[in-house]
Amino acid sequence: MNRFRIHYAKTEALRYTGNLDMQKVWERTLRRARLPIAYSQGFHPQARLQQACPLPLGLLSRCEVLDFWLECDATPEEVRSALEPALPPGITLLQIETIPLNAPALQTQGESALYHILLLDPFPPEELLRRCQDCLSAISLPRQRRDKQYDLRPLILELFPLPQSTAQAPRLHLRLTAREGATGRPDEVLLALGLDPSAARIERVELHFREETP
Amino acid sequence: MSLSATEIQARLERILPRVAKPGRYVGGEQNQVTKDWEAIPTRVALAFPDIYDIGLPNLGLAILYQALNARPDVLAERVYLPWIDMEAFLRQERIPLFSLETRHAIADFDILGITLPYETLYTNTLNLLDLAGLPLRSAERDERHPLVIAGGHAAYNPEPMANFIDAFVIGEGEEVLHEIVDVYSEWKAQSGSRPALLRSLARLPGLYIPSFYTPHYTADGRIERIERLHPDAPAQVTKRVVAQLPPPPTRFIVPSIEVVHNRVSVEIMRGCTRGCRFCHAGFVNRPVRERPVSQIVSAIETALQQTGFEEIALLSLSSSDYTNILELVDAVSAIEGQHLVISLPSLRIESFSVELMEKLRGARQGGFTLAPEAATERMRQIINKPIQTEQLLETARAIYSRGWQTIKLYFMIGHPSETLEDVRAIANLCKQVIAEGRRILGHRAALHAGVSTFVPKPHTPFQWVPCDTTEQIQAKQQLLRNELRGPGLKMTWTSPAETMLEAWLSRGDRRLGQVIELAWRNGARFDAWQDQFNPHAWQTAFEQTGLDPDFYTHRMRGEDEIFPWDVISPGVRKSYLLEEYHNSQCQQTRPDCREQCFACGILPTFSSLRRANPGPLWKCPEVGTPRATTEVQP
Repeated sequence: MNRFRIHYAKTEALRYTGNLDMQKVWERTLRRARLPIAYSQGFHPQARLQQACPLPLGLLSRCEVLDFWLECDATPEEVRSALEPALPPGITLLQIETIPLNAPALQTQGESALYHILLLDPFPPEELLRRCQDCLSAISLPRQRRDKQYDLRPLILELFPLPQSTAQAPRLHLRLTAREGATGRPDEVLLALGLDPSAARIERVELHFREETP
Repeated sequence: MSLSATEIQARLERILPRVAKPGRYVGGEQNQVTKDWEAIPTRVALAFPDIYDIGLPNLGLAILYQALNARPDVLAERVYLPWIDMEAFLRQERIPLFSLETRHAIADFDILGITLPYETLYTNTLNLLDLAGLPLRSAERDERHPLVIAGGHAAYNPEPMANFIDAFVIGEGEEVLHEIVDVYSEWKAQSGSRPALLRSLARLPGLYIPSFYTPHYTADGRIERIERLHPDAPAQVTKRVVAQLPPPPTRFIVPSIEVVHNRVSVEIMRGCTRGCRFCHAGFVNRPVRERPVSQIVSAIETALQQTGFEEIALLSLSSSDYTNILELVDAVSAIEGQHLVISLPSLRIESFSVELMEKLRGARQGGFTLAPEAATERMRQIINKPIQTEQLLETARAIYSRGWQTIKLYFMIGHPSETLEDVRAIANLCKQVIAEGRRILGHRAALHAGVSTFVPKPHTPFQWVPCDTTEQIQAKQQLLRNELRGPGLKMTWTSPAETMLEAWLSRGDRRLGQVIELAWRNGARFDAWQDQFNPHAWQTAFEQTGLDPDFYTHRMRGEDEIFPWDVISPGVRKSYLLEEYHNSQCQQTRPDCREQCFACGILPTFSSLRRANPGPLWKCPEVGTPRATTEVQP
């Protein structure tokens, strides 16, 4: 058995496919590629796939990471050439590598995520800057999500208008924590800024993982 | 309301984050076909009038989608109905209904093809036209609008939807589809008028153009005669059949979100020779044609390669009747693939079926389903499904002892002349079955009885009989709820109100179109969804039109009555159906007609087709020439 890690971009219509459904999308992609996926034991065997840091529905990404296990000896290059023709629209393969079988689970390794946000409606640049600064200077940003109270402020690491941001195409740089149990959601930040998350195109551009100690 | 594809896309982006399952509205799945809109002369939108989750796995549309897109001069794109949350946004933001592939407004297509597999999609169909910004009624549309075509099982009685559809395709679409597109392209090249197009279409066998016919009614509401308004319109439209099933589609669209069936579906055989008298599909899909084992296996292998699906469904009306079923099951089981689940529905009630299922990998997931339909010998003779109770019990024993814990039994109540004793027998039979299960498996044994209510269907031997009244159905269901109790027993049933809807729509006439339209205006849609079905909207619609639903549902029709659907011929003669009705009344059964021909009418109707395709292609036995010639007369 071998464990592979791939980095991929998620674009087009696939942004509206949630994490649970992405498991199936990948399982079927691997099956089309005729790669022998490792399955869990038991009455209802599950394909062994692990996604890092769930991406909220509707977001684009150029930095998704997925681990999967194959019941064969293949080099990353062999796996790549089998996968490429089987990829569905909306997935671009960026990088593929072999990793040790006992490497820690991806889900436990997230540290932070960087998002770029394009607002679909014009917005005055000074006002955008002021709101970002207000947000950052707040001691706490109490928010409620699914009947749960939490403080958004400590989850925000960086927030500012991107240098190329204009009044016509306002853009934000947003870095949020992405640790297990402490993951910030970009749409919540937009709400805290008094902006409409449905009038924004959000892309995850970087995922940072904890440095692995060998 | 016409918006460009780019404008639609821009408005959508703001709406999608706010609706449930936005993946329903974006397309872009593996195996979707996208062509250059500007470069293709004939553009077809294929619609399933329910949400994506239900419509995407539909095999009929998959066949049409692949056949049309295989032509360089045609593009076919998909459209489904939006769920209620999305509909509200579309209306509020003034976004017309659009295709998934390129987001073009449906109104910008040349042809809108709608599949109507069952009647409870009628109000959805009106909603679809309305959301597309099209006038509902065919008479109000012209050459500026797409040609609206409908087909599918419900089209065998086209009359209730006759006001809204320009042309119905009766029967199998594989060949006539291309003829329609050819006629359309020729007409478009000449910039003809809508009536000219309809006249050309009327000349194609299998096409019913409702506007070329006018029904006249007697004072009490029956059909007096059906007047033909145009010489090119045939007196009766005979369904289309393909002599030989073409290779099945393999490039299934792989949904990126969860839908009702995620699988490769292969139709192994079309039609059924059993002749169950309640069964619409059994009478309209004759003759029986099978696909060769090798073709099925190679289609599955190709489809698995192209989709990555983990499930295969071998579809037919009666799998056990497939000639080489054992060979097929062995061959399909040998197909390579990890953790494949193979389903083989519609098996006969015999222990051989259990052996077949055992050979299929993954088949033990879920229960084992059998459909006895009735529980007394008398009822089984009436419906022509003569199985023996002892055989059912023996099969049940085999199922429980070979590893299945749950048996699902399908029954129907409301068969003609059914008594409460016949209904009580269903409960008793279920108890006998679960008793076998408990003896073998103890408390783990389960029995699930699915009890639906019989609705008389056009073109069947029961097209004359009344449907049970709501009170009768309630009494029967109450009896079953009281009797069918005990450990391991579970029962599900259909609501009588939904049965009534299906009943009046199934045997409705053209006047019912007004009821459908008013019901839709009163808020009816998604009638097939229990939580959305709105009986009040329908009741009000009937009151508004002054029509009586009981006239359609509970009336015993005269043997000489002209039916609204008599303008359609499924190839089976009406006199044969009447003969079968009489047989049912004297509990006379008819065996499998693979063994012996009972002259239903299929062979004389399609005699030249049969002559050109002799031998085992059709499962009709060869009949002598004298017999065939005497039956040419309708």
